[in-house]
Amino acid sequence: MTAGTVRPSIAVLERQLTLYRRLWRASVFSSFVLPVLFVISIGIGVGGYVGSVKGVDYLSWIVPGVVASTAFQMALGESTYPVLGDFKWSRAFHAMRATPVQPNHILTGHLLYLLFRVTTAVLAFLLVVLFFGALRSPWAVTVPLVCALLTVATAAPVSAFAASIDSDSHFTLLFRFVMIPASLFSGVFFPIEQLPGLIRPVAYVSPLWHAVELCRSATLGTAPPWPVAAHVGCLLVWAVAGTLLAARRFRRRLED
Amino acid sequence: MIFARGLVKRFGDFTAVNGIDVEVAPGEAFGFLGPNGAGKSSTMRMISCVSAPTSGELRILGMDPVRDGTRIRARLGVCPQLDNLDPDLTVRENLTTYARYFGLSRVEGRRRADELLDFVQLSDRAGSMVEPLSGGMKRRLTIARSMINEPDIVLLDEPTTGLDPQARHLLWERLFRLKQRGTTLVLTTHYMDEAEQLCDRLVVMDGGKIVAEGSPRSLIETYSTAEVVELRFPDGLDLNADYAAKMSGIGERVDPLPDRVLLYADDGDAALTEVHQRGLTPSSVLIRRSTLEDVFLHLTGRTLVD
Repeated sequence: MTAGTVRPSIAVLERQLTLYRRLWRASVFSSFVLPVLFVISIGIGVGGYVGSVKGVDYLSWIVPGVVASTAFQMALGESTYPVLGDFKWSRAFHAMRATPVQPNHILTGHLLYLLFRVTTAVLAFLLVVLFFGALRSPWAVTVPLVCALLTVATAAPVSAFAASIDSDSHFTLLFRFVMIPASLFSGVFFPIEQLPGLIRPVAYVSPLWHAVELCRSATLGTAPPWPVAAHVGCLLVWAVAGTLLAARRFRRRLED
Repeated sequence: MIFARGLVKRFGDFTAVNGIDVEVAPGEAFGFLGPNGAGKSSTMRMISCVSAPTSGELRILGMDPVRDGTRIRARLGVCPQLDNLDPDLTVRENLTTYARYFGLSRVEGRRRADELLDFVQLSDRAGSMVEPLSGGMKRRLTIARSMINEPDIVLLDEPTTGLDPQARHLLWERLFRLKQRGTTLVLTTHYMDEAEQLCDRLVVMDGGKIVAEGSPRSLIETYSTAEVVELRFPDGLDLNADYAAKMSGIGERVDPLPDRVLLYADDGDAALTEVHQRGLTPSSVLIRRSTLEDVFLHLTGRTLVD
C-alpha cells in the first residue's frame, strides 16, 4: 500500500469506528460473552462425558475451535447486512465515492475495521481461557494472527457477495448453505476424521477448518494434520482471491 | 470549469445522454432542466466523475475525469438526488467523518463542520442523530457536507425535490449566498421557479439532447410570448379544441388543454379584446407573464414521462 492508499482507507476505518462506538455494547455479548459461555457449557458440560480427544481434555481441545469459529462468524456476519446496507440503504459507500476515496479504499477500510473487531474479541477471549488453563503452548500468541488471516479469507469473499446482490434474502442462503455447514463440519467440536469421507472435502475447502487446525496446533503445541504452509496457503488463496473479487465488485457497484 | 463536446452516455442499448455540448464558466450558476429521463442525472454523474462517458470529450477543471477522477473529486462538492447521509451518526459526525475522506485534519474538520452547521442553520441540532431530522434539514446537511472541502464547483441533483415551500425557500437563500461567494453551482431541476431563482444560464434537456440554451429571460423571449391569456369556458371540457380553433390567428399560438385554453400573445389585453370580438365568452380569464414553465412545456411537450 502506498501513502496515497493508506490515508483514505484509514478515513473509512475511522467512520466505521465512529459508528462502532455507539454499538459496541451490543456486540460484546455475541463476540465475547457468548464464546465464553460456549466454552464453559460445552467444554465443561459435554467435556465431562467426552473426557478427552486425542489425549487432550475436551475443554482445551475445543477452545481453539471456538475462537476461530467466533472470528469466522464475526467476519461473515459483519460483511453481509452492513455491507449491503451501505451500498443500498444508507448509500454511505456512494457518498464516499463522491470524494477522493476510491472503491478499493472502502474495501480496505472495511477489512481493517473487521481486523480490529476480531482481534480485540480474540485477545479478550484468550485472556479468559488462559485462566482455565486451556492454552498449553506459547505458540498460542500466534492465534490472533491466524484469526486475522481467517477474517480476511472470510470477509473478503462475503463482501464480494454482498456487493453483488440486490436483495438481502440472498443472505439466508449464505447462512444456511455456507455458515452453518462450515461451522458444523470444520473440526470445531470434533475431529473431522469422524465425518463420513464424502463430507470431509467440505472441511478441506472451508477456510474455517484450516484456521481451526492452525489455532489448535498453536494452543496445544502439536503439529496440524497438514503442513503449516498448506493450511496457511489455503487461507491465503481465499484471502487474495476474495479481495481481488471484492475489489472488482465494489468498483462495479459504485460506477454507472 | 466544465467543458463538454459531443458527450454521450449509453447503458447497453439505451442512450441516456446523446451528444451534448456544455460549457460552464467560473462563478456561474448553471442549470440542467428537463423531464424525468431526459438525461440530467446521467450527465451529473459523468461530471462528478463516478460514471465514465461512453464517447465525446469532457473536461472538469481542465482535467480528464477518467484519468484524474480522484484529483477532480477532491475539488467538487456533490449533493446527490437521494440523501446518502450516515443515519447512525450525529449531524456533526456526518460532517467530520466526511472531512476525513478529503484528507483534512480532525481539527480542521471540526472547525469547518461548526462553520457549515452555522451556515445551514443546524447548529442547534449538531448532536442529534440524522434519522429524526425533517427532509429539509437532511437536505441542508447534505449541502453542508458537499461544502466541507471548500469545493470549486458544487453539483446539486434536484436539490429541493420533495421539500415543503418554507424549506425550499431557505435552501434557495443559502444557495444564493453560496453563489455570491463565487462558488460555481451546477444543478438539475424540474422546477421552473427554482431554475428562474437560481440559474444564470440553463439548458433544457429532452431525450438525452439539449433542446434549448440561454438565460431564463432569453429562453422566455425566444420560445414564448411576453404574456399568456388563460381562458376557461363553462362547457370547456369537450369543446376547448373548438374554442381554440375559433381563436386561431389571435396572438402567436393557441394551446387547448383539457381544462383551459392558453393563448400566447405579447399583448394579453389586446388578444382578449379580439377573443370577445369573435363572440366567445369565457367564464374566467387570467392574463399573466410568460414563465419558464411555458417554455419548458412548449419544448418538451405535455406527455407524461415516467
